[in-house]
Amino acid sequence: MPGRELAYWQAHVEALHQEMQRDPTVIVMGEDVAGGAGRTDKGIIDAWGGPFGTTRGLIKEFGADRVRDTPISETAFIGAAVGAAMAGYRPWVELMYAHFIGVCLDQLLNNAARAHRILGSEHKVKVPIVVKTWLHVEGILYAIFTHIPGLKVVAPSSPYTVKGLLISSIRDDNPVIFCDNLALLRMKGEVPEEPYTIPIGKADVKKEGKDITLVGMSNMTNVCMQAAEKLEKDGINAEVIDLLSLSPLDEDTILASVRRTKHLVVVDEDYPRCSVAKDIAAVVADKAFDYLDAPIKTVNSPHAVPPYNRFLEHLYPPNPEKVAEAARSILR
Amino acid sequence: MTLKREQLIWAYEMMVLIRRLEESLMDAVAQGKPTYVGHPYSGQEAVAVGVCANLNSNDYLFSSHRAKGWALAKGLDLNKVVAEMWGKVTGASMGRGGEMQMADATAGYMGGNVVVASNLPLACGTALAAKLRGKGQVTVCQFGDGASNQGAFHESLNLSAIWKLPVVWLCENNRYAESTPVEYAVSVPNIAERAKAYNIPGVTVDGQDVLAVYDAAGQAVKRARTGEGPTLVEAKTYRYYGHFFGDKTTRYRTQEEEAAFRAKDCILQFKKKVLEQELLTPKDLESADQRVEVKIAGAMKFAEESRYPTVEELLGDVYV
Ligand SMILES: Cc1ncc(C[n+]2csc(CCOP(=O)(O)OP(=O)(O)O)c2C)c(N)n1
Ligand SMILES: [Mg+2]
Repeated sequence: MPGRELAYWQAHVEALHQEMQRDPTVIVMGEDVAGGAGRTDKGIIDAWGGPFGTTRGLIKEFGADRVRDTPISETAFIGAAVGAAMAGYRPWVELMYAHFIGVCLDQLLNNAARAHRILGSEHKVKVPIVVKTWLHVEGILYAIFTHIPGLKVVAPSSPYTVKGLLISSIRDDNPVIFCDNLALLRMKGEVPEEPYTIPIGKADVKKEGKDITLVGMSNMTNVCMQAAEKLEKDGINAEVIDLLSLSPLDEDTILASVRRTKHLVVVDEDYPRCSVAKDIAAVVADKAFDYLDAPIKTVNSPHAVPPYNRFLEHLYPPNPEKVAEAARSILR
Repeated sequence: MTLKREQLIWAYEMMVLIRRLEESLMDAVAQGKPTYVGHPYSGQEAVAVGVCANLNSNDYLFSSHRAKGWALAKGLDLNKVVAEMWGKVTGASMGRGGEMQMADATAGYMGGNVVVASNLPLACGTALAAKLRGKGQVTVCQFGDGASNQGAFHESLNLSAIWKLPVVWLCENNRYAESTPVEYAVSVPNIAERAKAYNIPGVTVDGQDVLAVYDAAGQAVKRARTGEGPTLVEAKTYRYYGHFFGDKTTRYRTQEEEAAFRAKDCILQFKKKVLEQELLTPKDLESADQRVEVKIAGAMKFAEESRYPTVEELLGDVYV
C-alpha cells in the first residue's frame, strides 16, 4: 500500500505542529506567521498562517504567546529569536525571503553564530534557533550562510526531507538556516505521519550509478534526477547525491562517490562565484584529484542580476538539459 | 528609594574597583605587560553601578564595547574579568572574548558586543523569554548615544513596546561616539525623548550621580518587573580618556570641557555626599579603598600566572 501523500508545505506545517506539541519551549515568530496576530476578539479564528500557509493552524492550537506575528523589523525579531534561544527557548523564526538577509545579517553573523562560543566557559549558552527562509530566483544565496562558521545550513528537496530535516533542525542545539525553495511549495510526496529525523551533515545517495556523480541540493536534486533520466537514454548511468546539508558538508559521501564514478557535476542554483558548487569542486580537486578522469563541471545560475521577466526567468537557473549537457561534455 | 549602608559601601567600592582596575591595566601596559585596556570607562562608573544595584543575578544584562565596568558591576568575578583582559584560559570566556565578548550567563551577564546596537535585539529576546517564563526576570541593555542612531535601536524599542517586554533600555550618553559629538549626530537634545515615538516612558538622569542613577533605573526596573513594559533611561555622563586607550581626545574636545566634567567626578561627588550627610564614615571609605587594592593585586597576579589557551581551545566549539 502506498504511503500517505502530502504537499511540501503541508509536511512543513506537520513537522512544526508535532514539535510544538512535543516541546513547550518551541515558539514560532515572523511576519504574518499567525496572520492577523490572533484576532479572536474580532471573531476571527482561521488565521492566515504565513503567505504560503507553512504555519497555518498553529495559532489556533498553541495561542498567540507561542505563535507570534512580528512587525517588519527583521533585525529586531531575528535578534530577539537569538536572545530567546540564549535564554532557553527554541525559536523557529521566519525570514520571509532569503534576499531580505541584507537588513538583518548582523544578528546571524555576529550573534547567532557566536554566542555559544563566547559565553563558553562554564555555564553553557546555546542558540537553538531555526531561521527558515524561502529561496527563489530573486536570491538563492546559500553561500552567504555557508560562509559563516557556527551556522548550520540545510536545504530539503521534497516533502519527505522537509519534515525530517525540520524536526532535526528544531532539536539541534545550534543555529540552523533552513532553506525552503519556493519551487517545491506544491510538490507532492510520501510523508510518514509519525515524527522522524534526518541527520544534519549527512548527504543522501538518491540514485546509484557508475559513470558520473551529479550532486544537487534543494530543487536542484530534482533537476539532477531529471538529467539522469535523459542521460540514461544516452547509455550513461549517473549517480545522484542529494546534499540536504550544505553546512556542515558531507565530504565523505561525495568523495566516495567520485572515487567510483571518476566524474563530477555539481548543480547549484546560487550565483557561481564562491558558491557551494565551486566549494565542492575545490574539495574534490583537493582530495580526490587522482581519481578524476575529466575536469569537474559546475552548473550554477549566471553571475548576473536575475531578470524580473517571466519569459526569461526559466532560462536563468540550471535545468535538466544544461546539467545533462555538462555531464556529456566530460564523458565524451 | 534609598540605599542601605552595605549597599552604599558596595556602590562606592565597585566604582573605585572599576576605576582602579582601569588604571592598573594602564600601568601594566606601560610596563610592557601583555594585557590591554580596551575601551576606557573612567568617569562613567556611576552608571553601571547605579543600574546594577537594582539587579538580581538571574536578571539579564547586555553591554556594549565599553564593557568591563558593566561586567564587574553585574557580578562577574574579578579574577575572570582580569584574566580575560590578559587573554588567559582562566578568563570569563577562556581568553577568546576579550573585553567586548567576555560573558558569564551564571551571573546573568550576557556579554558586551562588537557591533554598535547589535545587542538591543538580543535583549528583546531574553526579555521575551522572561515574559513567557513569568518569573519576573528583567533585562537591562546598555548602549551609547551613538547607538541610538542605529535602526536596531528603533526597531527594538518598537518591538519592546508592542510586546510590553520587561526590559530597561539604558543609554549611556557620554557626549561622543568616537570623535563625533552628540549634538551633531543626534536630532534631539535629550535621547530619552526618543521614547515618545514608541509610546514608552523616557527619563534623563545625571549619570555622574550614582544615587540618582540608582533611583531612575530602579523605577524602570520595577516597571519591567511588574509587567508594565519597557523604559528608556538616558544617563548623561562623560568618559575621561579616549574612545580607545591611546586616542588623543584634544583632537575633538576642549580641555575646558574635560575639566568641567572631571570636577563633577562621580566618586568625588559620592564621597562628599556620604560624608556630609554622615551616611558613611571616612573609615568606611578607607577600608573599601584598601580592599580594592588587595583584590586588584590578587587578580593581576592570578591573570599573570595563568596559562594561555591552547590553539585547540581557541579554535574549538564551532558548534556546541
Ligand atoms: C555597526 C558599527 N559601526 C561602527 C562601529 C565602530 N565603533 C565602535 S564604538 C563606536 C562609537 C560608539 O559610540 P556610542 O554608541 O556613543 O558609545 P561609546 O563609545 O561612547 O560608549 C563606533 C563608531 C561599530 N563597532 N559597529
Ligand atoms: Mg558615546
